[in-house]
Amino acid sequence: MCDTCGCSDGSSVHITDPDEISATRGHQHEHSHKHVHSHEHEHEHDHDHRHAHDEHDREHAGEARAAATINDHNARHVIRFEQEVLAKNDLLAERNRGWFEGRGILALNLMSSPGAGKTTLLERTLTDLGKEVRLSVIEGDQETVRDAERIRRAGARAIQINTGSGCHLDAQMVSAALHKLAPPARSLVIIENVGNLVCPALFDLGEAEKVVIMSVTEGEDKPLKYPHMFRAAGVMLINKIDLIPHVEFDVERCAQFARQVNPNLEIMRVSARTKDGLAPWYQWLRARIEELGVEPPPV
Amino acid sequence: MHELAITASVIEAVTERIGNAKVVRVLLEIGKLSGVVPETVRFCFDIAADGTPLGGAMLQIVETPGRARCHECGARIEIDGPIALCPCGSANLEFIGGTELRIKEVEVASDV
Repeated sequence: MCDTCGCSDGSSVHITDPDEISATRGHQHEHSHKHVHSHEHEHEHDHDHRHAHDEHDREHAGEARAAATINDHNARHVIRFEQEVLAKNDLLAERNRGWFEGRGILALNLMSSPGAGKTTLLERTLTDLGKEVRLSVIEGDQETVRDAERIRRAGARAIQINTGSGCHLDAQMVSAALHKLAPPARSLVIIENVGNLVCPALFDLGEAEKVVIMSVTEGEDKPLKYPHMFRAAGVMLINKIDLIPHVEFDVERCAQFARQVNPNLEIMRVSARTKDGLAPWYQWLRARIEELGVEPPPV
Repeated sequence: MHELAITASVIEAVTERIGNAKVVRVLLEIGKLSGVVPETVRFCFDIAADGTPLGGAMLQIVETPGRARCHECGARIEIDGPIALCPCGSANLEFIGGTELRIKEVEVASDV
């Protein structure tokens, strides 16, 4: 079973390299790869984390029993847990984070409602910045490899995660995908999360920054309605500004609402389709990449 | 919804620690600012726990209050949700409490 995502039986999470399936169109036979990676990570995680808690637990078990409500007839006892529910995901996410940092890789977690323009923005970014920065992508969708194929056609490596019925990516899925993606040192990796403005906000993947996209067709009060997402993000892109003449959308009000939820949000107004407003987004990317300043490993 | 993933994580964390021992009660702490809805966790728990050592266990949820520190004036205030203003008018709040999502304790029935 998938470690943190109960809504998807782990055996239905598929990780696909579109290059590998071009010969066998429509078939995804990635099970063996997926199982190896999950197994690997579960063992490593157990060694890192479980023992500390066991010792802690034994220490306090005596106190817990003394303080517990004990029903003599049924001999129950209370175990003090004090464990964060998302501990496992957060630990795997921190491992991913360390993996990225050790390789001088800037990793971004790109999130939005379905259809706000994540993949189009990635295609555009790839086309415009592809010569000056190596970009590879991890795609997340319930089904199909269509988005990963789009990225491939735009000229970058992409790995597709299919969650089956899952509504968000988690750190273990990303870790497994990274092994297939094998991004080079000192490069940019963008993780395009499942289209969803609710769940992804809670699941750390190990990224350096969360980037949220919303489009002008979604209503200017979107940030107020999905505060957890807009609070978790460091950058917000208001996309499809070319459609403003056709919709009722006040960009200033939207930015104000967003700042109400997160005063530290960096807000940019863009059109991935017409290229309008993309310069600040590229500037932001370039600045972050330069910040890394980590030398690639010796050959 | 993510409450199902979270509930599954709770069940997995408990069984990983205590094996097959029959669980009769689980106490969770869910902060008001955690982004997790307690009622939804309850709903998911009944479904997800069925067939596991936690099946039929009593689920207790303590909702911890939201607390924030204002970066503008330094005041510490209690808040009900993630969109809040300090009495001084600033929205620049750091959450210092109420984001917990934690298994506090588990009560098991010992072998007779």
